[in-house]
Amino acid sequence: MYVLDALPQTHSYSFEALELDCGRTFSPVTIAYETYGRLNAAKDNAILLLHALSGSAHAGFVNDKGEHGWWEDFIGPGRALDTDRYFVICSNFLGGCGGSTGPGSVDPATGRPYGLSFPVITVGDMVRAQKHLVDSLGIRALLAVVGGSIGGMQALQWAVDYPDAVKSAVILAAANRLSAQGIAFNEVGRQAIMADPFWQNGEYYGGTSPRTGLALARMIGHITYLSEESMHEKFGRALKGANGYHYRFSEDFEVESYLHYKGSRFVERFDANSYLYITKAMDYFDLPDLASIKSKTLIMSFSSDWLFPPAQLKSFVRTLRRKHKDVTYCDVQSSRGHDAFLLEVAPLTELISGFLENVAGPV
Amino acid sequence: MIRRFDQDIIVSLIPEGSCVLDLGCGNGDLLIKLKQKGTSDIRGVEIDDRCIAVCVRKGLTVFHGDIDEGLGDYDDASFDYVILNQTLQVVHRPTLVIEEMLRVGNRAIVSFPNFGYFRIRWYLLVKGQMPKVDFLPRNWYDTPNIHLSTISDFKMFCRTRKIAIERLIGLQSCATGKTVKRFQNLLSQVGIFVITSGREL
Repeated sequence: MYVLDALPQTHSYSFEALELDCGRTFSPVTIAYETYGRLNAAKDNAILLLHALSGSAHAGFVNDKGEHGWWEDFIGPGRALDTDRYFVICSNFLGGCGGSTGPGSVDPATGRPYGLSFPVITVGDMVRAQKHLVDSLGIRALLAVVGGSIGGMQALQWAVDYPDAVKSAVILAAANRLSAQGIAFNEVGRQAIMADPFWQNGEYYGGTSPRTGLALARMIGHITYLSEESMHEKFGRALKGANGYHYRFSEDFEVESYLHYKGSRFVERFDANSYLYITKAMDYFDLPDLASIKSKTLIMSFSSDWLFPPAQLKSFVRTLRRKHKDVTYCDVQSSRGHDAFLLEVAPLTELISGFLENVAGPV
Repeated sequence: MIRRFDQDIIVSLIPEGSCVLDLGCGNGDLLIKLKQKGTSDIRGVEIDDRCIAVCVRKGLTVFHGDIDEGLGDYDDASFDYVILNQTLQVVHRPTLVIEEMLRVGNRAIVSFPNFGYFRIRWYLLVKGQMPKVDFLPRNWYDTPNIHLSTISDFKMFCRTRKIAIERLIGLQSCATGKTVKRFQNLLSQVGIFVITSGREL
């Protein structure tokens, strides 16, 4: 563990009036964020890190609550995002529940949480909100935007929408659209939440939240983040107890117990309505026109990822190659499925640090 | 590191400012030489992920993929040159690869170990075994080479497919860079061809 000058803290930035893709202007907006490393005088060493569905602004190091950052192994001195060189910003996206404005935030007009009166947002809206934050820090151009899964979608959206403000993009386990299979899994997750009687059309704040539905959505989602191979390696058919089958509909297998654990942990820290809004933003994500991109781009798929399979990423990369974009692609060998972008530290560090070194130029 | 004269010769064949695609670019040594010369746009394709990481650290733009899948993502005449350096003998579908090179590139440069080299002929004649020489050192059962050919074979290949040979350089050895003008099929370890589809450039 590295010793920091101070423990990472979550800051927030608020602004008025965000134009949304749905046509509404939304106000006010607060974006929660953390930063690591130092912004140099020229303000040209900033990297914006974009988190995935369940992530937060807390990406690096251990904070004062003892919580580990979601990409902790990739952030710090000498790591992929080298905090001795780069200034790393990670913000909680719009619609989230980690300090940024989302459906669980209080609507100043009513004094009550938005719930379903929160507008349906897109990845483009999330990125537009992040641009306000980046501008407020006085950064004209980001050295890199980096993200995996829906974070990778945001990174791509940045490169498309703000080509002059993005020098490079690192996209992990994401493509320029979500597949039918991805939309299908998201819809099952949403239906699980909305079928929970405690969901109450999203008006559950202050009362009992739809824990069962959200836990079920997380369990379904989690299966898509793993792979057949990694589940076999991790659990096989291992039983939970030593006494064989129970001959009851209780947890027999380790894999069941694991999914229940993941589900119950998730409901402690996540808002069910945010899950609805974020998965909807993923479903809507579709960027067929990539012509505006100017950034040097590094795209990585993972061999066992079945949510964003290598074949889909290859086809996305081919679209960019045909347009003669400066795009490098690597299919990283991994048995860990979609989650590999959080776990394959060594090969990813090698690729990302090598890539960023060339974008940043000599020290 | 051993100096690769085959790479130097290929670099000398490509004018400054060219747009180049290198198939089977390995660790990117040839691409770096081209970059130093001042090519406008260079890209590599490589199947080995460890090589991809090496290329990325060198600042090269590379695609992790199999050239046997073709180059369907590129439009016709997207590059000035497409290079296949010492890789022809390992591809599964040489005809497809060459056709694709000539489609996406105005010119293709193809180099390969020449199985017509006299020491190889002698080895097979005298020992009656699959030749093992310094530039083809593997045993028959552990070599990646599945499509070995001679300079003469490749000329015939081009003739039957109406592929124009603009240049042929017979390289006596990659280590010395000495070229051969006469009896190239007999005296060259490596053949380097510059070919075009014959269409107007």
